[in-house]
Amino acid sequence: MSAPQAIERVEPVLLPPNGVSASLRRITALVRRYVYLLRSSGVRLVELIYWPFLQMLTWGFLQKYLAGTENAYAQTAGVLIGAVLLWDILFRSKIGFSTTFIEEMWSRNLGNLLTSPLRPYELVAALSLWSVIRLAVSMVPVAIAAFFIFGFNLLDLGLALAAFFFVLVLTSWSLGLIAAGVILRYGLGAEELAWSLAFLLLPLTCVYYPVSVLPEWLQYVALALPPTHVFEGMRAILLEHTFDATDLWWALGLNAVYLAVGYATFSWFLGSARENGTLLQLGE
Amino acid sequence: MAKSHNSDKAGAQRKEMVELARTIDKAGGGASELERLPVVVRGLSKRYGAVTAVDHISFTIEAGTTVALLGGNGAGKTTTIAMLLGLIQPSAGEVRVFGADMSRNRYDVAQRMNFQSPYVDLPARLTVRQNLVVYSGLYGVANAQERIASVAAHLQIDTLLDRPTGKLSAGQKTRVGLAKALLNAPELLLLDEPTASLDPDTADWIRHKLKDYARTRNATLLIASHNMAEVERLADRVILLQSGRIIEDGTPKALIESYGRATLEDVFLDVVRGRTAQRLDEEPDRKAS
Repeated sequence: MSAPQAIERVEPVLLPPNGVSASLRRITALVRRYVYLLRSSGVRLVELIYWPFLQMLTWGFLQKYLAGTENAYAQTAGVLIGAVLLWDILFRSKIGFSTTFIEEMWSRNLGNLLTSPLRPYELVAALSLWSVIRLAVSMVPVAIAAFFIFGFNLLDLGLALAAFFFVLVLTSWSLGLIAAGVILRYGLGAEELAWSLAFLLLPLTCVYYPVSVLPEWLQYVALALPPTHVFEGMRAILLEHTFDATDLWWALGLNAVYLAVGYATFSWFLGSARENGTLLQLGE
Repeated sequence: MAKSHNSDKAGAQRKEMVELARTIDKAGGGASELERLPVVVRGLSKRYGAVTAVDHISFTIEAGTTVALLGGNGAGKTTTIAMLLGLIQPSAGEVRVFGADMSRNRYDVAQRMNFQSPYVDLPARLTVRQNLVVYSGLYGVANAQERIASVAAHLQIDTLLDRPTGKLSAGQKTRVGLAKALLNAPELLLLDEPTASLDPDTADWIRHKLKDYARTRNATLLIASHNMAEVERLADRVILLQSGRIIEDGTPKALIESYGRATLEDVFLDVVRGRTAQRLDEEPDRKAS
């Protein structure tokens, strides 16, 4: 190695570390890291669209087949595709949150992040924001494809679509926070949780069937989950052409509770990881 | 002339800091005294169930000094550094960095410190420049591009800036990790095994860089290492740990003399094998060996 150059030429100009603008700067820096990561791999980009596209095709063709039968429910255009697309909003957003967090552990970068001025809530904000960006990259092309292939226009759900989207994304963040907390505490051995946690909601939130199908006691459980109100609302719009906003307010209220529980769980597990020294052992 | 003046001033500052540290060690120190010292550790312990990783250690580090934490595997070096960084919550005692209690107010001082460890990586898929841009944002470096160019030239990684970090050699990765650690020109730099797995030439080059950095900025360095030669060359002071306890604390020269050995490595071997300086004084045969 050649003789070292003793003096650095440019001194860093350090911005104040506290306040809203400092927080926004750190969140932006982290989101930028995720953009760089996505840009670095074309395969990742394709994969983002690939799975929801396959889902949409499968259920779209099933819908097309059922439309030829006598079943009135099945004949109503778009119920299955709508359910698939909305479910994918929940699932992909949750996966986006969790896998981005896991990525930091795979790359053994979490130690660098957690010793930097980045606050845990900023990390959570960056993961949440990124999950929505990923979702847009993944779902917009698929929703457009659903329109051209099956004539299903997600925008037919009208303003309710924005509310549905909001409710589902909030729920996905709650789930993502819980999964991230567990992985922080128990390491990548608990990684499976990141993938499977959302599936726990699949039967309970009545994605493809009405709540009334469930046994009565289970209906209470289902109605305590925000996405159930979204899927019920979607069916009401497409089958009965009615929209009950009360349901959505319930869903939003429930989400506030779940988000608070999610963040508390994440913080608790982070504290527990600091207690147990597991933050030092994270990695592949 | 100016150089001599600066050196006198630095010497006087250092003396003042040593006095301050002594006062704090003896009397506990007031808030303003604590804020002036980069590191104050008091009664620090870390227990994992029945296992005690760090056992009631206390030390202070004065500004502008390079201190090495030396010890065998499991001595508690990495745990101590992790508690200084706020990555591990102490079971007892306190860690203050520039006066901030690291258990509660870590973020008050996070921008004034940085660290590097071979056990932590930068994301492999990102280019070196992308990684440094991200960390400039996290540390609040406003002139990121200029600062990155400057640090990269200083550490001779300017030709690597647009290469994926994961495709670099161990030596290159170490320099990139150091670049990340120097982006915010930290007043306190914590280094865990800074030259682990490097060839002697690269390791020596890194040591020169660290020494230059500490000297030119009056920065405080805390280094955890197994490498005795490295510690002898870099450190003004050595804290020897064994089974989580401080068993020696002094300059490398003083330790070598008190053990009657030729190198710090010999002292280290004496220590890990349970021989103390006092016992060696009582054992002339051993001293002569």
